[in-house]
Amino acid sequence: MTTSTNSGKHREQIMHIVFTLSALTAIVAVGLICVFLFAGGVPAMLEIGVLKFLLGKDWSPTDTPASFEIFPMIIASIYVTTGAILFGVPIGIFTAAFMAKICPKRLYAFLKPTISLLAGIPSVVYGFFGMVVLVPLVRTWFGGNGSSMLTASLLLGIMILPTVIGIAETSLRAVPEELYEGAVALGASHERAVFFIVIPAAKSGVMAAVVLGIGRAIGETMAVKMVAGNQALLRMPKEFLKGLRTLTANVVIEMGYAEGLHRDALVATGVVLFVFILLINLVFSLLNRRSAL
Amino acid sequence: MHKFTLRNVELWYTDFKALKNVTMDIEANAITALIGPSGCGKSTLLKSLNRMNDLIEGCRITGEILLDGEDIYGDIDINLLRKRVGMVFQKPNPFPMSIYDNIAFGPRTHGIKARHKLDEIVEEALKDAAIWDEVKDRLKKSALSLSGGQQQRLCIARALSVSPDVLLMDEPTSALDPISTSKIEDLVSELKKTYTVVIVTHNMQQATRISDKTAFFLLGEMVEFGDSEQIFSMPKDKRCEDYITGRFG
Repeated sequence: MTTSTNSGKHREQIMHIVFTLSALTAIVAVGLICVFLFAGGVPAMLEIGVLKFLLGKDWSPTDTPASFEIFPMIIASIYVTTGAILFGVPIGIFTAAFMAKICPKRLYAFLKPTISLLAGIPSVVYGFFGMVVLVPLVRTWFGGNGSSMLTASLLLGIMILPTVIGIAETSLRAVPEELYEGAVALGASHERAVFFIVIPAAKSGVMAAVVLGIGRAIGETMAVKMVAGNQALLRMPKEFLKGLRTLTANVVIEMGYAEGLHRDALVATGVVLFVFILLINLVFSLLNRRSAL
Repeated sequence: MHKFTLRNVELWYTDFKALKNVTMDIEANAITALIGPSGCGKSTLLKSLNRMNDLIEGCRITGEILLDGEDIYGDIDINLLRKRVGMVFQKPNPFPMSIYDNIAFGPRTHGIKARHKLDEIVEEALKDAAIWDEVKDRLKKSALSLSGGQQQRLCIARALSVSPDVLLMDEPTSALDPISTSKIEDLVSELKKTYTVVIVTHNMQQATRISDKTAFFLLGEMVEFGDSEQIFSMPKDKRCEDYITGRFG
């Protein structure tokens, strides 16, 4: 009797350790990524000069002397992310509203898995789709050579849809039915009640959807690289038909052959990206905390 | 004068029969109370008067409900019906926006855009709901910052903002403290001068205090309907008497 209880207790302790270790793995992984990224990137930044690295406009890693300045890429990442938000967020929110409040059950049963599938498509496939469909489309309709800020924004806009739709739909469904009923009881049509009462009431959830969409868009690499043209030049917003290079694309394009300071400068590019993601997560958790109150 | 005329009204939720052959007349400019134990069909009846039951899947209704002689289940604009027949819910449900916008939502829905006109309506509705003095200095503040009782009066003001003929109230005080309750009761008694009020309540004292007519429901049937004074002093039906005197329910 006593031995069996003891061995039970023992097993429990072992499992406890297993669970704890599993949980620690994720934390250790984040910790290690932080350490290596910063250890590799920060000295390079200091060597180049932090301000020069962040705000200089010339990226010529193979010139002598080489120049490592990533301002054009920071701006490019912001451009395509903004573009993706402009395309993806309205479509995503309307889709979410449709799914949560308007669409018939049968259509929903088809729509929901379709959108989940959209989330599961590998980004290189998106990139391929962008190359063979969007690039020629943008070339014929708008001019330029097709690999451009606009194309990358469009493609990213599609790619963030599942994220935006998923979270926006959940938050719309969480809006108490009483609010909808209150609006309808005043003589508001179904559509008016949804758009002017339910969607505004889900504001913080919708904002969270936007923030996660931003996170997804800014970190996307492969698809963007395949359609953005990748010129490391500082662009103005009106040059939306010209190519540009994002932070992510910069790393993936040059990492294969970079050496020495060049390599470290690419790691430092990763640091900048990482800081962006940290900020986005911070905003996201602040929004969550506010909506929890 | 009769505001509503109900003839042989029967209502099903899919297979469950929630109202059985209800025939009654609801008087204009009077307060009609619907009483009875939970699940007796009184809220269902209330919601069928502004067709809020349409929102419930599997709900079917037969018989006739006339509002001023017009069949509300016939060929009518349902949004205009709900404008004419306003509703106050059991739990205060202010929209998560400013006090002003809460009241202005209704008139805006029905096409009123001019700022000065909206200002007027908001002030009038809040005054009619006896909450103007408490909120006039903070119309831009969130409606959620009000107390429960204030929120309910705000919801009454919101219902009044579209100038309805009828006000349906579904246990409007069940979530409120006694002081807020008495404020709302006073308010309702005042409102019957202008509006027809139909109120569902679990509170017998409340029904006695404010209503002119009372209908007692049991298992989907209207057991007794008459002047409140008579119903509460000498009910004809045994079941009604048992309920009122607290022997069951």
